[in-house]
Amino acid sequence: MIEVEIDGKKFQVEPGKMIIEVADQIDSGIGEIPRFCYHKKLSIAANCRMCLVDVEKSGKPLPACATPVTDGMIVRTRSQKAREAQKAVMEFLLINHPLDCPICDQGGECELQDVAMGYGQDISRYNEGKRSVKDKNLGSLVATEMTRCIHCTRCVRFGDEIAGMQELGTIGRGESTEIGTCVERSLVSELSGNIIDLCPVGALTSKPFRFSARAWEMEQAPSIAPHDCVGSNLNLHTLRQKVMRVVPRENESINETWLSDRDRFSYEALSSDERLLQPMIKENDEWLVTDWPTALTLVAEKLGKIAQEQGANKIGALLSPSSTIEEIYLSQKMLRKLGSNNIDHRLQQIDFSAQDSMPFYPGLPMSLEDIETQNTLFLVGSHINHEQPIAGYRVRKAALLGCSVFVLNPADYTFRFPVQDKCIVKPSAMPNVLAEVIKVLLEKGIEEPVAGLRELVNAVQPSEFAHTLAAALLTEGKKTIILGAIAQNHSHAGHIKQLADALAKMTHGHVAFLTAGANSAGAWIAGGIPHRGANKKNLTHPGMNTQQMLEARLSAYLLLNVEPGLDCANPLLANQAMSTAEFVVSISPYFCHKVASYSDVLLPSVPFSETAGTFVNAEGKWQSFKGAVQPQGEARPAWKIIRVLANLLELPEFDYQSCDEVYGELMQKVAENKADSHFSLSIPSYLPQTIVGIERLTEWPIYRADSLVRRAPSLQETVINDSPVARMSLDLANRLQLSADCHVIVKQGEGEAILPVELSDTIPDNTVYIPAGFGLTAELAAPFGAISIERSDS
Amino acid sequence: MSSQEKLSILSQAARAEIDHWLTKYPPEQKRSALLPALHIVQDENGGWLSPELIEGVAHYLGIPPVAAYEVATFYSMYDLQPVGRNKVKVCTSISCMLRGADELLAYMESHLGIKAGETTPDGRITLKKAECLAACGGAPAVMINRNYHENITPEKANELLDDLE
Ligand code: SF4
Ligand code: FES
Ligand code: FES
Repeated sequence: MIEVEIDGKKFQVEPGKMIIEVADQIDSGIGEIPRFCYHKKLSIAANCRMCLVDVEKSGKPLPACATPVTDGMIVRTRSQKAREAQKAVMEFLLINHPLDCPICDQGGECELQDVAMGYGQDISRYNEGKRSVKDKNLGSLVATEMTRCIHCTRCVRFGDEIAGMQELGTIGRGESTEIGTCVERSLVSELSGNIIDLCPVGALTSKPFRFSARAWEMEQAPSIAPHDCVGSNLNLHTLRQKVMRVVPRENESINETWLSDRDRFSYEALSSDERLLQPMIKENDEWLVTDWPTALTLVAEKLGKIAQEQGANKIGALLSPSSTIEEIYLSQKMLRKLGSNNIDHRLQQIDFSAQDSMPFYPGLPMSLEDIETQNTLFLVGSHINHEQPIAGYRVRKAALLGCSVFVLNPADYTFRFPVQDKCIVKPSAMPNVLAEVIKVLLEKGIEEPVAGLRELVNAVQPSEFAHTLAAALLTEGKKTIILGAIAQNHSHAGHIKQLADALAKMTHGHVAFLTAGANSAGAWIAGGIPHRGANKKNLTHPGMNTQQMLEARLSAYLLLNVEPGLDCANPLLANQAMSTAEFVVSISPYFCHKVASYSDVLLPSVPFSETAGTFVNAEGKWQSFKGAVQPQGEARPAWKIIRVLANLLELPEFDYQSCDEVYGELMQKVAENKADSHFSLSIPSYLPQTIVGIERLTEWPIYRADSLVRRAPSLQETVINDSPVARMSLDLANRLQLSADCHVIVKQGEGEAILPVELSDTIPDNTVYIPAGFGLTAELAAPFGAISIERSDS
Repeated sequence: MSSQEKLSILSQAARAEIDHWLTKYPPEQKRSALLPALHIVQDENGGWLSPELIEGVAHYLGIPPVAAYEVATFYSMYDLQPVGRNKVKVCTSISCMLRGADELLAYMESHLGIKAGETTPDGRITLKKAECLAACGGAPAVMINRNYHENITPEKANELLDDLE
């Protein structure tokens, strides 16, 4: 510890800190040192010189952001010498700045404006022509006004250091320096919106928000991101009961100061034209607007009747994994009190064989921050940068700190972090690769953690990858196997999970799940699964899972914010099941034509911004939020809708007055019950065969993942948004005599779709990537498995 | 462009020469070879770099295209537009300026009938202003292709320019 004095106050600090860091400490009592290029999360550039301070024994003023403190140092941030230097720099920075604050979106929340108020002069001595810089088109999310740029390079450093892909650079030099891309191109990073917050001036602003409100008119309400299991903290900025934009809310243990583009820009969907604003019932194939009592009474009567006449197990509920924990808890309570365990939120999954041995909830067996301290990470079936962008950033931090990242994937995704070694195989070969690693471990003398494992993996031929990975997993240190969306949605997800468990056991590592939606963990906890209620115990008579419910052609389905054709693993089956059902009720914030075509009642619920609720993130953090604006139209929070429905069904114990009461009841249940925690390790009875011919690979693309993001136009326009294509390797295309400009007929069971061909060297041979979440691909069946492909001549 | 196409823009010879430079740096520091790599490719391309070539180099070194572009646009040794057979750079930084660089440049401009930054119509000479050539002791300094010429007077300039092919 050394002692420094700043503005007459003495501080005991660790050597190596910069003056600005000491002054920035909470409660330092030092007024803010002006700065532009310095940002606590970025490397030090010291190029703007705004932070010059007066350091005793130094002839010249020194930049506070780049001057490490030394013992006995005496710093003055507001002495005359400091002030003069700061004013001079300010004048210099304003020489070429257009001073167009009245027409600048940053006005009112601009660091340059603020600092100019303190250090600028009201008269400019510069009478020469100012330079102007051509704007760059960076795509649909970030607007540019490059004449305002002061070349602090925060945006450049962000790309290089945080996003893990440098897209912007400092082009030219001296007076002709500009910030730009190589050739003009749109931003690709899934974290690109953060440069809007970082830019201290109005050079980079939000394109969707542009010119729609002033910072000082809006109100700020804290909330939680509704798309992935990270649970990023955010603030909703509202004006006249409308969410105008979303910005990150700093939470060091979750999203730090960042936000993914999906969480930042999906708010556009909150005021989509497709919002369902009134309850509707179908009469003679016509949709009629009605009032709540009529609609709810009808639903209660129908469900009651079906339960009574055909049995409650003829009723099933599909829930969005981004529903709040209160909504899920009440839904399952209603269903179960009616007598049905048919409830599920695992819409994208098809193999549930390992569900009984799942932990209390699938997630991270550690904190998000702990990802950074891992020594070895093994990603299995994960496109983490697209699935959970912020978790992807944590993996990047780990990798930069020296963690070895290994990847087993069915496509060669570009990651934002260095990968030590990867194995890219067709989807059906993935379980085999895990078996190979296990075999190497057994050969190296690691004990069989459960009898029969040796026999199971005996026949496989370990690849070089298996050897390298096995060696890495045997080194000392923390290791975690992360199962991503593809591993969980895989047709042999159970095998993958069991083999991963065995692998982790043999190497003293952990298995982590990064699940779909914002609240999969919450759904498991609250009983949004057919085989456990909200009491942590496997049921002796579990209900049907998503797949079984669809196959069984139930009489009635309750959809909670689900668009079956876009959200379910098997959209063909889902749409068929809905169409043949006697009664379908959809509770959703949106009117979807496809859903309407087979529904009987549409009940308008509200998105996360208009209700109180709780999401549980992958770490198991319960994060509650309140509604930021009033429900639109007649729409109501889903928990209330379900409560009234349960009342009308005359089910007991549904007298909640507030969302908090639901939360409290669930919390108590969770506290009372102990989880069946120590599941014995089980192993699969066989290793699945690799499919010989062509097989399908499916992802829910980053901006097609749920009903909200699908309705955010700016995200839909981005270059990383996928389109409905059949993507394959050049080799396969050649063998099938296809070229990049033709269409193919894809056949899968009874399903059929015509899709354009796209060639890519990221897809392994005999594999065709076809994304889910599009109307066009909703005519197809399961996300994995054999498919046939032929040239379409139309 | 696919990665194959991006790479194939560099000739075999250029790649071999870049490989030679790469051996001088640690394998994870390929970026270090960026300056020589850009020179190699520029020389082969008649003295200038197209955006495609810059991207090709970036791809070859495994660095972001914009990082190569930053470097190529920063140094005046790289030309981003087609150039003449000879590059003549006149230093106009402070020492040279004090020793008559502005007049020298004006003289050259009128002698060649072009402005700084332009190329003679016959493609013989591209005239450019340069920042300090680090030859202040012999100001005003001129760099012609790879050679330095110091204490240049209009007469000497005449000779030098007329000697160029
Ligand atoms: S665009 Fe903004 S963040 Fe980027 S260098 Fe310019 S002022 Fe800084
Ligand atoms: S903030 Fe210190 S030089 Fe820019
Ligand atoms: S100023 Fe011309 S060489 Fe230095």
